[in-house]
Amino acid sequence: MKKVLVLFLLIAIGYYLVDVFSVIPFGADRIPEGNVRDFYLEKTVTDLNVPNTVTSIVVNFRGFDTLGEVTVLFLAASVLGSILYRRRSHDEEKAVLLPSSKIVASGSRLLFAPILLLGAYVFIHGHLTPGGGFQGGVIIATGFLLMLLAYKDYKVKHSIIMWVESLAGVTFAGIGLVGLIMGKMFLENFLPLGETMNNLFSGGVIPIIYIAVGFKVGSELTGLLYTLLNEKGE
Amino acid sequence: MTLYLVLFIFLAVLMIAAAIYSVVQKDLLYATLGTSIISLILSVFFYLLQAPDVALTEAAIGVALTTIIFVITIRNTERYEEDYHKKRNVKSPLK
Repeated sequence: MKKVLVLFLLIAIGYYLVDVFSVIPFGADRIPEGNVRDFYLEKTVTDLNVPNTVTSIVVNFRGFDTLGEVTVLFLAASVLGSILYRRRSHDEEKAVLLPSSKIVASGSRLLFAPILLLGAYVFIHGHLTPGGGFQGGVIIATGFLLMLLAYKDYKVKHSIIMWVESLAGVTFAGIGLVGLIMGKMFLENFLPLGETMNNLFSGGVIPIIYIAVGFKVGSELTGLLYTLLNEKGE
Repeated sequence: MTLYLVLFIFLAVLMIAAAIYSVVQKDLLYATLGTSIISLILSVFFYLLQAPDVALTEAAIGVALTTIIFVITIRNTERYEEDYHKKRNVKSPLK
């Protein structure tokens, strides 16, 4: 008797849910006049004064998603670090790396600074040119990778990486919260947009967020590679 | 325009060849280099198809980071595919 009653209730609830939701077209009330593409293309120029539409969508219109992505990366890096750290703790010996030749060593040292500069350029100019925080961070991490491969005892300080990463993450979330305090949406722009387009100091909060993302991704991936390379094989 | 098309087809053929190479190759280090070549050509494709930011990501992640993580893994495990299957008396899935 009870089961029949539950079944009847479930069918009734299901029927009315379908009945209500079939009337509302899927997501139609959220789509602005015209279509979404035109909306973004227009608003990027009028509201944000930024030439790069991709950036404006990733950081401003869909900024919350980017925060989620950064969190996922952080989670992956910290889980990997914790797993490898436990295995390393009872075996302190470093993994065997053959000493690299003089050409590789000095070539890496020569290329290290330009690679870092390129990475910084990519994330600082994220709102003007193709690229952005994630790409710039990965480029910086590859620069550190070059040094880690070329020099056997190249050390990366874990405490510095941790501080840079935490500060960058706090900056990202903090900018979103400041937007809330100013009476706007989370991660909405609250800074002046700058007079001319294509200027470095334009676009409101976008460059600041991208610099934070660049530092965060770069330090995370550098720490990850350092942990992996110092892992001793069996 | 025709030059562009020739370049496109040449790169596509090279990419498929690298993919087949990395599947067939028994030495996992060379197979990893094959996948890295795929990523390199893919990033050129992204650039030709006017998606420069995706090309940047692909070049940095696909060519550098993924390859090095595979290389580190191979260093800590086995380099040759055959050895693995011989040791455990399992038939290789590629044969």
